Amino acid sequence: MDFNILSLLIWLPIIGMVAIAFIPREQEEVIKIVAAVATGLQLFLAILLWMQFDKTAIGFQFTEKYTWIPSFNIFYTLGVDGLSLPMVILTPLLSFLAIFVSWNIKRAVKGYFALFLLLDTGMMGVFLALDFFLFYVFWEVMLLPMYFLIGMWGGPQRVYAAIKFFLFTLVGSVLMLIAILALYFTCGQTFDMVTLMQTAPEALSGVLWWGVSAIKVIWILLFIGFAIKVPVFPLHTWLPLAHVEAPTAISVILAGVLLKMGVYGMLRVNYGMLPEAVWWFAGALAVLGLINVLWGGLAALAQKDLKKMVAYSSINHLGYALMGMAAVIAALEVNGGNYAAAEAGLSGAVFQMFNHGTISAMLFILAGVVYDRAHHREIAGFGGLAKQMPVYAGVTAIAFFAGLGLPSLSGFISEFMCFVGAFPVFRTIVIIGTLGILINAAYFLRAYQKIFFGQLNKKYADMPEINGRELFTLIPLAVITFIFGVYPAPFLNIIKVTISGLVEHVVTLGGMVGVF
Amino acid sequence: MNNIQSIRLFIPELIIVVTILIGIIADLIYSRQKSFKVGYWILGGLILSLFAVLMHDEHNVLTLFTDMVTLDPFAVLLKTIILISTILVVIISRYNNEFNNYRTGEYHILIAITVFGMMLMVSAVDILLIYLAIEIVSIMSFVLAGYLKQNKRSNESALKYVIYGAFSSGLMLFGMSILFGMTGSTKLYLIANSLAQLGPASNFAMIIALVLILAGFAYKISVVPFHFWTPDVYEGAPTTITAFLSVAPKAAGFAVLIRFFHIVFGDAGAMQAGNWITLTDIPWGQILALLSVLTMTLGNVVAIQQSNIKRMLAYSSIAHAGYMLMVIPVLSTESIFAIAFYIFVYTIMNLGAFFVVIAVKNDTGGETFDDYTGIGWRMPLIGIIMTIFMFSLTGLPPTAGFIGKFYLFAALIKGGTQFYWLAFVGVINSVISLYYYMRVVKVMYFDGDSQKELARPVLPITSILIVLAFTTILFGIYWAPLSDWIRNSLIFYISSL
Repeated sequence: MDFNILSLLIWLPIIGMVAIAFIPREQEEVIKIVAAVATGLQLFLAILLWMQFDKTAIGFQFTEKYTWIPSFNIFYTLGVDGLSLPMVILTPLLSFLAIFVSWNIKRAVKGYFALFLLLDTGMMGVFLALDFFLFYVFWEVMLLPMYFLIGMWGGPQRVYAAIKFFLFTLVGSVLMLIAILALYFTCGQTFDMVTLMQTAPEALSGVLWWGVSAIKVIWILLFIGFAIKVPVFPLHTWLPLAHVEAPTAISVILAGVLLKMGVYGMLRVNYGMLPEAVWWFAGALAVLGLINVLWGGLAALAQKDLKKMVAYSSINHLGYALMGMAAVIAALEVNGGNYAAAEAGLSGAVFQMFNHGTISAMLFILAGVVYDRAHHREIAGFGGLAKQMPVYAGVTAIAFFAGLGLPSLSGFISEFMCFVGAFPVFRTIVIIGTLGILINAAYFLRAYQKIFFGQLNKKYADMPEINGRELFTLIPLAVITFIFGVYPAPFLNIIKVTISGLVEHVVTLGGMVGVF
Repeated sequence: MNNIQSIRLFIPELIIVVTILIGIIADLIYSRQKSFKVGYWILGGLILSLFAVLMHDEHNVLTLFTDMVTLDPFAVLLKTIILISTILVVIISRYNNEFNNYRTGEYHILIAITVFGMMLMVSAVDILLIYLAIEIVSIMSFVLAGYLKQNKRSNESALKYVIYGAFSSGLMLFGMSILFGMTGSTKLYLIANSLAQLGPASNFAMIIALVLILAGFAYKISVVPFHFWTPDVYEGAPTTITAFLSVAPKAAGFAVLIRFFHIVFGDAGAMQAGNWITLTDIPWGQILALLSVLTMTLGNVVAIQQSNIKRMLAYSSIAHAGYMLMVIPVLSTESIFAIAFYIFVYTIMNLGAFFVVIAVKNDTGGETFDDYTGIGWRMPLIGIIMTIFMFSLTGLPPTAGFIGKFYLFAALIKGGTQFYWLAFVGVINSVISLYYYMRVVKVMYFDGDSQKELARPVLPITSILIVLAFTTILFGIYWAPLSDWIRNSLIFYISSL
């Protein structure tokens, strides 16, 4: 392509933000339209990128590289591969829909949409940056708008939720900063992530810090940073609070995109730059995944608030992704060199990332729909809504069934792939992990039953049906869920080459046991 | 270079001296209501002096007045920082309502004298001159802190400042006298030479001498345990003076500290990590590292509990001194570059934060967190600007504060694994600081509802704030020119003695 499509993808929202800054605050409609146009164009570009993307090519495509700060070897480097492309499509899609989800925002409309677009730029940047410094800057730039969006437009406990989110994430990112600097100074003074993926394994092998392998130390620092974002138990406590207090659109972005950055970061950075430690950590990763699955599921089962239930289900769903990631060691020789399982596990993890993005976005939008009408989200406080709002009940059914992993919906395929991949190496963990599916079914079905069946609560006898704008935000997601549930090949083809390359990378550079 | 030849190269300082004299005479002529006009004379002198400083030829590295003062790029850099921050403070002072019932002629003259002292501080290489320069700055600061003589807090702060100041400068003078007794010289380069020849038998006396001297420096940059004056003085002093004290003398203090340790301990030719060529058996690095950890942790933890913004910023400035001190043990070019860069950035963002305090105090008359409720809605521009400064002070991208911290941590990580724990403590402290900086943002935006009634601060304050905020963002996105300039300024006079 003859223009810098990736830069445009990142900076389009900022252009929109600047435009909004010059619109008088009274013209709320214009502001919303500008925001919708900016994210809509971004989505259009992302689809264009997807069309042009060469599925068979190895390595990064559409790369851009400009000098930024030469004295510290900092470059402005962007690129996209099969690992980031799904997220590069998902991010503008959810941002675009989230603009319509937040159409009814009342307070300080101008500030809201300006900050939202800034957040969009930060998210896009994280997935496209190939320079570690740039990556870190984008990673942190997201925090500012997120803090405001939760703290200013959130629920009753918004201030506490916002600062807790901020503090947790910042702990993770400053540890990451130390790791980035350590990599920089030990691996030839470069922030270039592609170079680091090649040089770091060799440069670090055999280096000991305080008697511990440097690889392990850096791995742990990075892992904590990403694990807080995922979130991995026990670093998850910010999530239910932030999700529940945030306005609907921001919950959608939080669950749909921000949580994915943790998984993406682990695959890109931990797996890419420190493959030796994958072998060492995979067992722990699988166990953490299992804890996430069970803890998230059981906690969701205990919730009375619909949004909180959905929030905990996110923890559960990302647990499967962690298990799938751990499966990569099936390809090691000691484990029988089972490349098929390794690739299934990793593809499952990436697919789960994408599917959770669409499914949890639907779930949060649906929770928002009912909250807008009833001004509460008590699961037990409704009843019999199926008669009152049949369309709403229908869409919710799709979302809930996708959430509990019903075959023919996309969530099933990715969870299945994670299990299939992890099974040869982590048999017991996978068997216990399947219990999670059962728990999922329990809380989703129980919630569905309580909200939609039984006696209609008289208070809600004249509750209006889901409106066109809300349906507009839900239908694309439902369609994607359905298509990928029946025919996942288009998605899996995109990521195939990158995933097998990553497995190969981990095996060749990390396969030698005892490199530490 | 002898005295007569030196005068030609001492023009920036001479301009300040002439300005002071003009100011004193002008103050006699102006009436009470017009005495603020002295500020214009002083402002003109400062700007002229800044141009004179910047006109210095960078490659000209020499000493003046028979080895009392150096003229090297490092001194030029620090003088530039000091003059720019003072110029801003003088401009803002005109619009600070705290001075409404005061004659401000002497105020400006005192500031100019302080600047003269600081310019000597950053360039002195003789312990006697270092002492004199520090005293000039301190004594003027005492008076400035107590300038609001009808305000009890201002008086209290001045008195506390005097007592702590007298105590620590006494300690420092005592330490210097021991150093002189042992080496027979007051010139830093000669001291460094003599120290290299002293045997381990003199270590004990050396420790005492250097701890005492360090006390004097520590007082100037408010390092624990010499920080006790800071919160009270910062709270009681006129806000313009608080802003001034929090940046300019601190920058000068760090300059003295760096120069002193660099000349006395460093290998003057090539600075490399761990080159504490003299006194290798004294753990200087560890002592300074410990002090920095104490300083930043205490500053950050106590700042959380403050209800007055000026006090909160006082503790935050203690914490920032801790961050900067953190990299001195590495004593590499990289670490000195990081400190110099941080001083510059810190000057911009801290001045900005205090100027916002002035703008808000002019409007609400208060400086507690309660007075900031809903400021983000009442003064939209000021709210955004303050948010930028708070993010920058926390050290989040894309602000200059992040780049400053980034270089500090980079210097530590580059220094080797023995400094990793310091970097770890440093980043955790940044996270702690987030809490209280965000509290300002919280009260400005989240508390209180959007009032429709808007308040407009006067244009000069707003425009200076816009410039500072813009600079903060600009150097957070593209700082190559700044870092190149600072890197090229890290040339010290190297003695040929």
